[in-house]
Amino acid sequence: MSQAEFYQRDRERHPPALTPDYKTSVMRSPRAALISLQQSVSEITGPVFGHNDIDPIDNDLIHNYAKGGESAIGERIIVHGRVLDENGRPVPNTLVEAWQANAGGRYRHKKDTYLAPIDPNFGGCGRTMTDENGYYFFRTVKPGAYPWRNWVNNWRPAHIHMSVFGTSFTQRLITQCYFEGDPLIAKCPIVKTIPTQDGIDSLVAALDLNATVPLDSIAYKFDIVLRGRRSTLFENRLEGN
Amino acid sequence: MVQKLDYLKETPSQTAGPYVHIGLAPGAAGFDIYRQELGWDIAGPNAKGERIRIEGIVIDGTGNPVKDVLIETWQANAEGVYAHPESAGEVEKGFRGWGRVITDFETGEWGFDTVKPGPVKARKPLGSGPLHPPANAGDDWLGRGDEGHEDMAPHINLWIVARGINIGLNTRLYFDDEEEANAKDPVLNLIEWHNRRPTLIAKRGERDGKVVYRFDIRLQGEGETVFFDV
Ligand SMILES: [Fe+3]
Repeated sequence: MSQAEFYQRDRERHPPALTPDYKTSVMRSPRAALISLQQSVSEITGPVFGHNDIDPIDNDLIHNYAKGGESAIGERIIVHGRVLDENGRPVPNTLVEAWQANAGGRYRHKKDTYLAPIDPNFGGCGRTMTDENGYYFFRTVKPGAYPWRNWVNNWRPAHIHMSVFGTSFTQRLITQCYFEGDPLIAKCPIVKTIPTQDGIDSLVAALDLNATVPLDSIAYKFDIVLRGRRSTLFENRLEGN
Repeated sequence: MVQKLDYLKETPSQTAGPYVHIGLAPGAAGFDIYRQELGWDIAGPNAKGERIRIEGIVIDGTGNPVKDVLIETWQANAEGVYAHPESAGEVEKGFRGWGRVITDFETGEWGFDTVKPGPVKARKPLGSGPLHPPANAGDDWLGRGDEGHEDMAPHINLWIVARGINIGLNTRLYFDDEEEANAKDPVLNLIEWHNRRPTLIAKRGERDGKVVYRFDIRLQGEGETVFFDV
């Protein structure tokens, strides 16, 4: 039996479009209300990726851009977790993409001119597919904090940008993963676009000593929750689904 | 006290930031890392239907182009079938229907090549009530079947992210040469303000013998594009 719509997105959990302390949002936020659309086949479907779209090395940011035998500089970490839906079910075989600054807080991007140096062995992006249990991991270096132009003295906490697909275009999500214990999290106007402390806490990866590789890499756990989906019970089969 | 519902809560969105290209289109950020980047070829070589190009610009509330935006596109093939197991029918080999589009950093202009999608089955109208089963076995509430209900006009779903956009913006692109279908489209007709509907309609033109639709997106202010909460 096929499944029905995805649960309504909880707009009180997400940042609103207009968040004046994050200045760029002021001129890039719609003023009219969003029009609520009941999902059709155009919304409940979405792109499907396979293992031939990516390579096994793609999730290893320490090595996926390094010259032969070398590796990226910085605190070696593993970021791992599960992609789940709001029903608590794993989301298997879905594409997870990540990008970040290097250990000095510098991005490999034409537009980033921060004075910390580029690491010749670090690209700063990776991608992977979740396994059949919704599990994923990246090997990388811990990104550095960096300054950005908002107020004159704003610093981004260490973070990894994460992009996830799910099975439908309505589940599409981009977010950021922060790290336990970082004092900059509480100061960041981008973090504070999120209206609830509980929502902010859900973006902070926990130090996970059980998942470290001793004498090699420290680990952080970061689970991602995508929108859940109604079953067809109330939709068309009252006798059960 | 009552029992606790054990649903999880969706992970909150955060802006894609100014360096979204590093993660999703590293070639544009200025480096080559993957065997292949995703989302450059929307329709593939075997897709039937009319080959078209769509171009535009995203404009902010000051009237200036947004030069660091990234748009993802999602569409059916010329037969109205999505490359997804829940869409009834088959697509051509190599047709994914999904694309990633980035702007020129100097001008903010973007464009992509694809095939024009066909009409897609609409969901059942609201009035039929939640407890009545669909009339036909091959037919369901979300438009996944092939019997007995209306079409949506040809359209492409768009998802827009950038620095300053806290959560991706969803909109739809329709085609101005589909006047009759557009007039009956249940989504366009959901927009109470008639004068806002044209913000979703791309204008057909031609350049060097090629069909080019123009679709500018206004994030804010006069002529603001209609965005959806899906
Ligand atoms: Fe960043």
